[in-house]
Order: sequence, then structure tokens, then C-alpha cells
Amino acid sequence: MTTSYSPAPGAAPVGRMLLAQTLFETKMLLRNGEQLLLTVIIPTVLLVLFSAVDVVSVTGPGKRVDFLAPGLLALAVMSTAFTGQAIATGFERRYGVLKRLGASPLPRWALLTAKTGCVLVTEALQVALLSAIALTLGWSPQGNALAVVALLVLGTAAFSGLGLLMAGTLKAEATLAAANLVFILLLLAGGVIVPLAKFPSGVRSVLDLLPISALSDGLRSVLQYGAGMPWSDLGILAAWAVLGLAAAARFFRWE
Amino acid sequence: MRNQPAVSVAGLVKRYGSKAAVNGLDLVIPGAAVTAVLGPNGAGKTTTIEICEGYRRPDAGTVRVLGLDPVTDAAQLKPRVGVMLQSGGVYAGARAVEMLQHTAKLHANPLNVPDLVERLGLGSCGRTTYRRLSGGQQQRLALAMAVVGRPELVFLDEPTAGLDPQARHATWELVRDLRRDGVTVVVTTHHMDEAEQLADQVAIIDQGRVITTGSPEELCRGGAESSLRFDGPTGLDLGALLKVLPDGASVTEPTPGSYRVEAPIDPQLLATVTGWCAQAGVMPDRLTVQRRSLEDVFLDLTGRDLRS
Repeated sequence: MTTSYSPAPGAAPVGRMLLAQTLFETKMLLRNGEQLLLTVIIPTVLLVLFSAVDVVSVTGPGKRVDFLAPGLLALAVMSTAFTGQAIATGFERRYGVLKRLGASPLPRWALLTAKTGCVLVTEALQVALLSAIALTLGWSPQGNALAVVALLVLGTAAFSGLGLLMAGTLKAEATLAAANLVFILLLLAGGVIVPLAKFPSGVRSVLDLLPISALSDGLRSVLQYGAGMPWSDLGILAAWAVLGLAAAARFFRWE
Repeated sequence: MRNQPAVSVAGLVKRYGSKAAVNGLDLVIPGAAVTAVLGPNGAGKTTTIEICEGYRRPDAGTVRVLGLDPVTDAAQLKPRVGVMLQSGGVYAGARAVEMLQHTAKLHANPLNVPDLVERLGLGSCGRTTYRRLSGGQQQRLALAMAVVGRPELVFLDEPTAGLDPQARHATWELVRDLRRDGVTVVVTTHHMDEAEQLADQVAIIDQGRVITTGSPEELCRGGAESSLRFDGPTGLDLGALLKVLPDGASVTEPTPGSYRVEAPIDPQLLATVTGWCAQAGVMPDRLTVQRRSLEDVFLDLTGRDLRS
């Protein structure tokens, strides 16, 4: 029997395309060894190591893990929404994946929504894993879950905008180098494992405005100190989200 | 729909900086047929195709694809048009079959994926990810992705570049089947034999313009009719041979020991040449009568100088 190639064109329903694209992007991400190193192994190792060993001096009430867990949740968001997304998207752009998808029935907005969906799925897995490990290390989280979700969502938006801006404007190799460098710098200077109180006050007032600082500080104030909605941190993240996403929308190049 | 062209391009101009990549190009591509777009590197083939695909906006001129504007009507057009880029387009970590399955999911009535996989020999790619596939496997996957959504029109940009003969023939067979079933195929290529084999219409582009169009037969008919070639000992007396040939004929020895007679070729001419050889005691080895090939036409029109 011969196949018929008679034309029968048509786009799939947009919901089906979105679901398919989100699942496919997630599958590609989870298959990528370097991405897993970044999103799973590094945060996990840091959490276990620094909870067990007294290398960095922590601040605030509770056990070491009560200080570290919120910082590493912030790191998980940054690693996926910013570093991982920037590198993956940069190479997709370089290898014509974005260009080819542009010729498919999938609208651009649906592609970006699928990327966001992929980031959120990955973050949910990271949060589940890190929380489970932290709990076995004796973590006792405080505060309300809604504030935590608000921080994670705004943090994701802020880091996604910056990651897509980088991926859509720089060469793939430059994105790879820059995204990793930023990851290391913000890991050290963004209150993830080193308390911001350790920095001189002049430096600290600048560091406080970084999205990673706002996210780690906000998560810590809720989860470690049991505070309510950390409005100033949410405000900083919202400002980064607006700036980053607007710049990405303006400057992103598909090819 | 009948008689309406699948693609019509008029007065198309596209500049990159001060250089015009496409410079007043006119082209009509009939529906349900195969059109081959030929041209030297840098002639403007890919730019023209990518404007038709909606990737770039023209600086001047009009482009209609299936009666629609590729930029403003992109959402309507994209499901109806299949695209094979010159390279890339696939996630580095994706396997061939899963990538094809995913592409199929973006369409309403896709082809049966296992059939297409078998047809193009992609089953053997197994769990190998895209970046580790051979160049030929990557090309075949891109071709499969272009047709899996059952488009009305497909643009194939150099689909057989770097393919081995088996894969080239598999690609040609697929293009013939698409044509048989009423799909319009636009293919850019550097392989003249490919255009001769496949195309109903050939358009030759040079320096941003279409310089000729027609069926391969029409293009090969015009100009110097044909030639007769044979091999023999080097340094034959061509002046003596020329004396027995009709007026207007020419004889050359393009490479030592290889001769070429250009004249209207008929049985009498053949007898004259072989008779002269017999008298001279020369065996005309590998004697052939050659029709003008598409490659000759192409080189006559676009010149023999290398392009940068």
C-alpha cells in the first residue's frame, strides 16, 4: 500500500500544541546532562554539604538548614529560569530550532508559553527534591505558602526575562560563558549561601537590589523568620521582571 | 484554484546594507508541479525562498503564496506550507523519530509517522540524538518534518546536498509522490541532474534576478544544438577534419586526446566524422553524441567564472 501525500493541512488545536511543546521542551531539558548538573546536582550538593559542614557562618534562628534551604530554593529558580533557559534557548537559536519552529503552526507566544511551562515543571521537581532533602536534614519551614509561591513566580518571571534577553541577543557561546559566570557570581554574592550581612554596608545596599538577593531574602524572611508578604522583595522582583521581559520582547532575535 | 499560481513574486527587492541580494525578481510557480530554482552561490535563491516562507520582509515588490501575504497572513499560511531549511532546525538532544512525532503533533491531520520513518530510512537512527546523526540522516529528518503536516506547498532548500546516491533517490521518489498527489514542490539545488530528473519547471536565478524559466526540455533545446565527442591519439590534424565538415562546424581538442565537434548533428555528420577517422586510421573511442545538458545551459547563462 502506498502512502497518500494529498494535502490535508491544518494546525492542531492550540491547547494540544502547547501541551506537546511543553512536554517536549521538558523532555529535552531533563535529558541534558549539563542542565541536570546545574539544576539538580549543584543545589543538592550545596544544601547537603553546607548543612553538614560548618564552612559558612549562617545567620538567623533555627538550624543551619533553616538558613540554607530558602537560599538554595532561590538558587534552583535562578539555575532553571535564568542559566538553564538562557543556554538552551541560545543554542536553539544558533542551530535554527527557533527558526524552524517559526515555520510551524505553533505561534511564537505559544512557544514562549511552553518554555515558561517547562521552567515551572522543572522548578516544581527541584522544589520537591530540595524540600524533601532539607526536611530529612531537620528543616522546619515557617510562614505562609502563598508568599512563597508569589516569590517563586515573580522570581521566575524576573530570571526568565533576563535569560531570554541574553539568549536572544548574544551568540550561543557568549551566552554559555556569561550565563555560567553570572550564576557563580550571584551564587556567591546574592545571599544564597553567604549571608548578605557579611558584606560591607555600601556593597550590600547594591547587592540587595539584585533579583537573586530579593528572592533569597524574601524566601528567608518567610520560611526562616515566619514573616508575612515580603513586599519590598516582591517589588524588586517585579521591577526586574518588567524590565527583563520588556527588553527581551524588544531585542530578542529569532535567528 | 485551478490555474492560479501557487507562488507569485513580482519586482521583489531585498537589500542587506547597500548590497541587493534580490534585485527585481519575478517568478511564477505553478501549483501541483515541481519547480527547481537554480543559481550560483549568492544568486539570491535562499533569500527569495525565505521571503516566501515569511522569514523576511521584502524591501519592494509583491509576494503571494497560495494567494496570501507571507508576513501579514502568516498564521493562516504556516499550517499549509512545509519548510525544509538548508541546515539545522532540530533540538541537538532530540532523536529522529521523536522529533518527527513532535512535529506531527503540531498539525491537524499529519501523515502516519512510522510509514514516513520507514520510507526515508530513519528507523535505523534509533536512540541516536540529532547532533550525532550523519549529515544524510539529518537531511532526511528535515525533509520528513517538512512533509509530515500534509502541506499543499513545500519549500525544500537544497534537500540532497551531501546525500549518498541511495538517499538522493529516496528523496527524489518522495518528491515525485508529492507531485503525483497534487502537492506543489519548490526545490533549490546545485545538482543539474536533479533539476532535469524532477522538475516540471526550472527557474535560473543570477545576481538577484530570474534570468530564464522553462521546462528542462525547453531550456536545453535553444542555443548550440549539440556536440559529438570522441577520444583518439593526441594531436590529430583538426584542420583536415574541419575541411570535410559542413560550414559553421567547429572542432576542438579540449583536453589532449579528447575531441569535440560542434555542429548540427545528423546521421550524415556522424558518417563524415567516422569516415574521416577510418581514412586517417584512427579508432574514435568512446564516441558519443551529446544533447546540450541543463548544466551547459546553466553555465552559458551564468558564466564559468567562480563566484565568491
